[in-house]
Amino acid sequence: MSINLDSKIPAGPLADKWDNYKSDEKLVNPSNKRKFKIIVVGTGLAGASACATLAELGYQVEAFTFHDSPRRAHSIAAQGGINGAKNYRGDGDSVHRLFYDTIKGGDFRSRESNVHRLAQVSVDIIDQMVAQGVPFAREYGGMLDNRSFGGAQVSRTFYARGQTGQQLLLGAYQQMASQVGLGNIKLWNRMELVDVVVVDGQCAGIVTRDLMTGEIISHAAHAVVLATGGYGNAFFLSTNAMACNVTAAWRAHRKGAAFANPCYTQIHPTCIPQSDDFQSKLTLMSESLRNDGRVWVPAVAGDERAPHLIPEAERDYYLERLYPSFGNLAPRDISSRAAKRAVDSGRGVGPLKNGVYLDFADAIGRLGKSVVEERYGNLFEMYARITGEDPYTVPMRIYPASHYTMGGVWVDYELMTTIPGLYAAGEANFSDHGANRLGASALMQGLADGYFVLPYTISNYLAPMLNKAIPDTNHEAFKLAEREVKDRYSRYMSIGGRRSPDYFHREVGKIIWDYCGMERNQTGLEKALSELPALYEEFKTDLRVTGDSESMNQTLEKAGRVDDFFQLGMLMCKDALDREESCGGHFRSEHQTEEGEALRDDDNFAHVSAWEWSGDPTAPILHKENLEYEVVKLQTRSYK
Amino acid sequence: MSHSLKNLKLKIWRQKGPEDKGRFETYDIPEISDEASFLEMLDILNERLITDNTEPVSFDHDCREGICGTCSLMINGQAHGPQRASATCQLHMRTFKSGDEIVIEPWRASAFPIIKDLMVDRSAFDRIIESGGFITAATGGAPDANLIPIPKPVADAAMDSAACIGCGACVAACPNGAANLFTAAKLTHLNLLPQGQAERFKRSEAMVETMDSYFGSCTNHGECEAACPKEISVDVIAMMNSDYRKAKITNRKTLSRT
Ligand SMILES: Cc1cc2nc3c(=O)[nH]c(=O)nc-3n(C[C@H](O)[C@H](O)[C@H](O)COP(=O)(O)OP(=O)(O)OC[C@H]3O[C@@H](n4cnc5c(N)ncnc54)[C@H](O)[C@@H]3O)c2cc1C
Ligand code: FES
Repeated sequence: MSINLDSKIPAGPLADKWDNYKSDEKLVNPSNKRKFKIIVVGTGLAGASACATLAELGYQVEAFTFHDSPRRAHSIAAQGGINGAKNYRGDGDSVHRLFYDTIKGGDFRSRESNVHRLAQVSVDIIDQMVAQGVPFAREYGGMLDNRSFGGAQVSRTFYARGQTGQQLLLGAYQQMASQVGLGNIKLWNRMELVDVVVVDGQCAGIVTRDLMTGEIISHAAHAVVLATGGYGNAFFLSTNAMACNVTAAWRAHRKGAAFANPCYTQIHPTCIPQSDDFQSKLTLMSESLRNDGRVWVPAVAGDERAPHLIPEAERDYYLERLYPSFGNLAPRDISSRAAKRAVDSGRGVGPLKNGVYLDFADAIGRLGKSVVEERYGNLFEMYARITGEDPYTVPMRIYPASHYTMGGVWVDYELMTTIPGLYAAGEANFSDHGANRLGASALMQGLADGYFVLPYTISNYLAPMLNKAIPDTNHEAFKLAEREVKDRYSRYMSIGGRRSPDYFHREVGKIIWDYCGMERNQTGLEKALSELPALYEEFKTDLRVTGDSESMNQTLEKAGRVDDFFQLGMLMCKDALDREESCGGHFRSEHQTEEGEALRDDDNFAHVSAWEWSGDPTAPILHKENLEYEVVKLQTRSYK
Repeated sequence: MSHSLKNLKLKIWRQKGPEDKGRFETYDIPEISDEASFLEMLDILNERLITDNTEPVSFDHDCREGICGTCSLMINGQAHGPQRASATCQLHMRTFKSGDEIVIEPWRASAFPIIKDLMVDRSAFDRIIESGGFITAATGGAPDANLIPIPKPVADAAMDSAACIGCGACVAACPNGAANLFTAAKLTHLNLLPQGQAERFKRSEAMVETMDSYFGSCTNHGECEAACPKEISVDVIAMMNSDYRKAKITNRKTLSRT
């Protein structure tokens, strides 16, 4: 199969591209829309908003989620907020500034045209969500309130207490539910996509496994959207929900969808440090806390005193010292590495010396406890529950953890993958965040894709297919896919080894974290690339899955997901090894400035690395999409 | 500093599938760190069961930070266990002590059939939302977000009830298996907001009647409020009842005009 990386960027000046696209695209007339069936996999922000909008337009929509309800998608856990270039503060914000901040935040490794469109539609998202009844925070006059997030010097983040993702997802879910109630969407819950089917070079549908009965079923459609989230759980420990996985994206990849920039992963600076070996996940403390909290460690290594006994002069507020203009709000990749260095220098705090302080004493002194409580009450409570410590009196302890994946399925301007008719939206695609995502931009991107991009671009693909029948699920391609899936799941059942899928997930995650985490280098990556295939062989011979495959079996579900993490892990390391530069979240220790900042190589690496599946997970094929900058000048990213 | 608990006895409900009768089985936990979360303790037990070639205990969970509403355990007869205002996943072993016997059951309510072990089917909640738990505002036509100012106290009150995570603890705690707190929380969220007024009475009528078709009826026990991980107050039920009564009148009036 040959991969075509035509990004289909519309003509015209950057600011006009999206309008030009919309005026030129092919439309499907309202009464013809019901002749088209669209499958949407995933009901997070990207999927729910796409389902609702496509159904409102009149398409037949079928929605799939492995959760018991669309409302459980991982988007629900987002805390801090969502960006929108509304300039309600009058502090100099604009579409252009949001666009520029996002490009710069992404360390000049994203596609200008996509990012500009994202900034343009960001304002419509806020309007849409307020119309849905999302109870965003308000000021006393009744107007919407804003806060600021890392990597920005304006306040453009809208929020609903520390539960912004929850409120946005419930808004999109409710909009979708109304269409389910009207019969315009068929909802398939507890159904997992386990393969993608291509017929005559076009996406024809999917194969699912019913998690309640183990039944393997084919579903056909004119177009398929994957809105299946990110792959941060490849590291095992991450802030993602336990069930987040890469299977949908990976199965599409194996059927011909290029996978872009898999090594661009985001390590979030403010998570609660690991406390034990049995830990199952890490908890994020929202970045918004850095608006008022100050990050510090003791100035000298080995200082064992309790934090309140360490005088000001003997503390190192290292973010304020190193990045005076952004201070505690320096972007995520930079803050994470700074924390890692502080801990590596022996100045880590807490029982395992694996954290740094995030201190609210000044904020409480300045604003009073009640204001701090109003802003962050639920986060403080969450922290206290987990650690048993009171952050109003003892500084929080935080440390970076895997949080978000910028890499993902390659898509063109229309969000179409390299398989015609297959789209990817939200965190599942690679499109907008380059090598590093700014805070409060993932929710924005998910909703932009689902509400305001896909509904336009899908019609451009469907229009010429009017009256083309939905592919038949008896087609040989579907039958073959079903057989392969059944074989794969019965193989997991019959290995009869000694180790659980979780055991392997932990081990594979540790290798990826150690060698392809916050800092990478050639030796480590080569080591990972020799250890991963060996461990993968062990997985194939020593896996144990109990129970049967004809009823609910969480161990079996997990086995399939871990299998795909293995293959993805090899691709992540390969990509990280190939990218001989540092940019954003990808930090190669061989490529840094004297001050330890990321050193990009624009001459050789201003491209997207899009990988093609070759049949052998250790030998993927690299394709490049060159990034051309019309408006932005490539600069060294500085937050000093 | 971390300590460990010794000699816990777990009595866990095991049920192979919806048709199976189900029974309690007892498992010993010789030692567990008090830093472990309750669900991590079950993870450790499950790893051990797999090693012993026994099927692990199925239970629902996902975010493990109290927001997705997936986890759902009845612990010693209390929905989400002994800690106030938290979901099962936020419970840590430091809440328990050595030698404790802990009884773990699924949500029990006729509207939530058991799928397997500790897992239940809560899709009846989705049906309630589908019947009216939304504001109809098709994508694309929304006015500027600041066009309608919403007084902060109203926005805050709407947010208080919108905080519901849809876990179903209210139903599990209710002797009648009623879903009034869940339904009323959504109605209060939407009915308080200016955007929600146009459909207020239609929504109230549809949601209440869908709720009644799946769930038991409320006899004001108030157990739901005590079990709610988000501390949603039973006051929302009063608002729902009043809106429902008005709805019956308003809708009849509207009907008579057409
Ligand atoms: C703790 C935390 C806090 C965050 N806070 C913020 C924030 O404040 N601001 C911000 O902008 N971003 C934040 N993010 C990032 C943001 O939440 C996510 O990137 C975003 O919500 C992803 O949305 P999505 O719709 O792409 O995917 P998800 O919400 O992850 O949804 C994925 C969907 O796909 C389904 N699915 C997946 N695979 C399959 C399959 N094989 N078969 C069937 N269904 C499948 C799932 O069931 C689910 O419905 C945060 C992330 C985390 C982890
Ligand atoms: S697992 Fe999400 S609320 Fe408990």
